[in-house]
Amino acid sequence: MRWIWIDKFVEFEPGRRAVAIKNVTMAEEHLHDHFPGFPTMPASLMIEAMAQTSGILVGHARDFKEKVILAKVVKAVFSRIVRPGDQLRIEAVIDNIADEAANITGTIHCEDQLVAEIALIFSHIDQNLAGMEFPEENFVFNAQFMELLSCYIPSKTVQS
Amino acid sequence: MTISRDEIFAKVRENLVNALGVDSDEVTGQSTLMGDLDAESIDFLDIVFRLEKEFDIKIPREELFPAEDMLNNSKYVENGKLTPTGLEQCKSSMPHIDFSEFEKDPDVNKMGDLFTVDVIVKYVEGKINA
Repeated sequence: MRWIWIDKFVEFEPGRRAVAIKNVTMAEEHLHDHFPGFPTMPASLMIEAMAQTSGILVGHARDFKEKVILAKVVKAVFSRIVRPGDQLRIEAVIDNIADEAANITGTIHCEDQLVAEIALIFSHIDQNLAGMEFPEENFVFNAQFMELLSCYIPSKTVQS
Repeated sequence: MTISRDEIFAKVRENLVNALGVDSDEVTGQSTLMGDLDAESIDFLDIVFRLEKEFDIKIPREELFPAEDMLNNSKYVENGKLTPTGLEQCKSSMPHIDFSEFEKDPDVNKMGDLFTVDVIVKYVEGKINA
């Protein structure tokens, strides 16, 4: 089963840009170990949050027909720590999307402060890795994962 | 407006430094992408994206770098070597590459050596000054 690491989308411009929210809480078990007495969100999990936000954006751009796999972390620069109670705003923009791959750049903010700048490349694996066969079913975008988009209500609609 | 080869080289080098995490002085015209600069297959896509953005050009799939699909086709590759048909196909689809040394022993494992920084510079030059 896939795990979901972002809470909801608040903005979604198909094929271009998406913004998601993640709330960080002490209910996350790993924070008790990372670190004892000083819980901070691991940087790797910020990359995961960006990968999920932008991965859905990239998948949506091709009607979820491609299996979108994180292939390269081009850039990951972190500017401040994230602690329980923080709310992250994860913004991803597609720079380029082609038949075989896509690249995105993104930022993570917390209360208007820059937390991270992250750039990623995704592979459409059926178009790459020639000769290898993958399951017919799209194991990347399963039903559980797709709920994130079906739950999406544009924030402007919520406010009005 | 034409851009000189030196200017193209400088920009290509900067993009390779960023894409591959290598030092600027490691990138010479003769450096091979895989052998010297440790590029992996996904890095080739990264490089293509960067060059498209840097030079405002469109690089069709597999024009700059060889088709993985092609290398899995028995018409083009036999016992780990390019067949005469495969070699002809490579020459016509990648005119920016000099195959004269390679064709003496067209081992597909040595294809990586064909992709040097100069090849990229030559390719870009052909695109923008066409």
